[in-house]
Amino acid sequence: MSKINDIYQEVILDHNKSPRNFKQLENATQHLEGYNPLCGDKLTVYLYVKDGIIKDISFLGSGCAISKASASMMTDKLKGKSKSEAEDIFQSAHDMLTGKMKNDDDILKQGNLAALSGISEFPMRIKCATLAWHTMRAALNGTHQPVSTE
Amino acid sequence: MDKILQKSFDINQIRNDFPILSKSVNNKPLIYFDNAATTQKPKHVIDAVSRFYESENSNVHRGVHDLSQKATAIFEESREKIRAFLNAKESSEIIYVRGTTEAINLVARSYGGQFLNEGDEIILSAMEHHSNIVPWQQIAEEKRLILRIIPINDEGELLLDEFEKLISIRTKLISIVHVSNSLGTVNPVKHIIDKAHECEIPVLIDGAQSTPHMAVDVQALDCDFYTVSGHKLFGPTGIGILYGKKQLLEKMPPYQGGGDMIRSVTFEKTTYNVLPNKFEAGTPNIAGVVGLGAAIDYINSIGLNLITEYEQDLFKYASEVLGNLEGLKIIGKAANKTAVISFLCGDIHPHDIGTILDHDGIAIRAGHHCTQPLMQRLGLTATARISLAFYNTKNEIDSFAETIPKLFKIFS
Repeated sequence: MSKINDIYQEVILDHNKSPRNFKQLENATQHLEGYNPLCGDKLTVYLYVKDGIIKDISFLGSGCAISKASASMMTDKLKGKSKSEAEDIFQSAHDMLTGKMKNDDDILKQGNLAALSGISEFPMRIKCATLAWHTMRAALNGTHQPVSTE
Repeated sequence: MDKILQKSFDINQIRNDFPILSKSVNNKPLIYFDNAATTQKPKHVIDAVSRFYESENSNVHRGVHDLSQKATAIFEESREKIRAFLNAKESSEIIYVRGTTEAINLVARSYGGQFLNEGDEIILSAMEHHSNIVPWQQIAEEKRLILRIIPINDEGELLLDEFEKLISIRTKLISIVHVSNSLGTVNPVKHIIDKAHECEIPVLIDGAQSTPHMAVDVQALDCDFYTVSGHKLFGPTGIGILYGKKQLLEKMPPYQGGGDMIRSVTFEKTTYNVLPNKFEAGTPNIAGVVGLGAAIDYINSIGLNLITEYEQDLFKYASEVLGNLEGLKIIGKAANKTAVISFLCGDIHPHDIGTILDHDGIAIRAGHHCTQPLMQRLGLTATARISLAFYNTKNEIDSFAETIPKLFKIFS
């Protein structure tokens, strides 16, 4: 059960069971829908950005444990970050999820995000984990077109 | 072609015929429960395809040389095998296509393009695969046709009373799946065809999921079109069949233009070839056809009636075992089903179920199964699904059942 334990770690199962910031943001300055046509999973990311800072971030939607945990951890990680910090974190997270991570990435050492690193061993599940991140980034950049993983 | 003879249904012998079934996945013996997506190939099929490329390969219907004549003979022998398999009247009613998707697209484009007009209605059902929805939507958009959908009950059965209400003077075609890929429901297609024919409406039956599991007789059904997928029938991918009644196929225009589908070409005018070549433009998937012919030989050597009997016994067993698993909910409980079981495990997402079962070497499908409208009707985004074939065993179902409590434990 080694590989399977890597992906279904306790911290991921916990975020799946009790996702953080799992709500609609009433005062959102931007929000965007992300969609994975392969599995039909959908989520919406809400952002409240003021003075270039992500003051608040949340998400809603249906998806597997991986997509929910990834989205939940992302919202935890990005709250209070500037837009450029969020872009750096996106790059680090994306590299990690797609298996291109440098081992000494400081950004990921803080917090729980490193728990998602096992996903890169499961090619069919990478898109589950990256959906929320792509959606967040597109929302932050002011895109209005829903994001699709395909 | 080697003769293959099997006297009785010997599951060990059958499993030995499929090389992949002795492989391991994630260091566990493979348990292949994803047969509705594609089936495994017996050695007889693999060998036939290899032999073709090793010693028979050539183009068909063209060369005067020996190999081309041999290739053409094998190619046409397969067509005759398929004709007999479906009990079609003539082999010219058997059109080689890439698969059921292309077969439906062919009818939508050719028949729909020629004979359907603004305001005409096409009846589909709520349990159709996207391949029996999207081609009709495309032609409907172009020609302003209207799609009518037969609703289903919560068990996953067509509401036949509602179907009859949908039939009107505007109904010009009905296209229905024989067996649902998501739920395993066997639809009463004979009844639907009879009702449709009372009003002279042609009917297409999507046979992707029926032909691997039950004997189909297109003359007894009296369907106007029937589609077959090669790779779901233990044959290669990229080959399938459109059966059509001769008088319909003859009045339909070609689907694609190119070589082999013509009689003569000048820049002023092209005349088209006769059936079935009219619908087979370009060099076909010859090795695929050879493999499909071999697959039919193999199925016949066991006998579809024995296959159905074995699978129904397996299905009954799987239904009982799964039905007794705490927290597992079966989706789709039609009275008449093939060995397909869609299910949910509490609120564990089907993709997580799929990943965890895969870790134990068990291949299942998780997702919307290319039936998103059906999922919407059932109020779901996805299900997990096991779909069995005649090489699966009760032991495999027991192994599957043992992993389910582990799954609940991980997500507890």
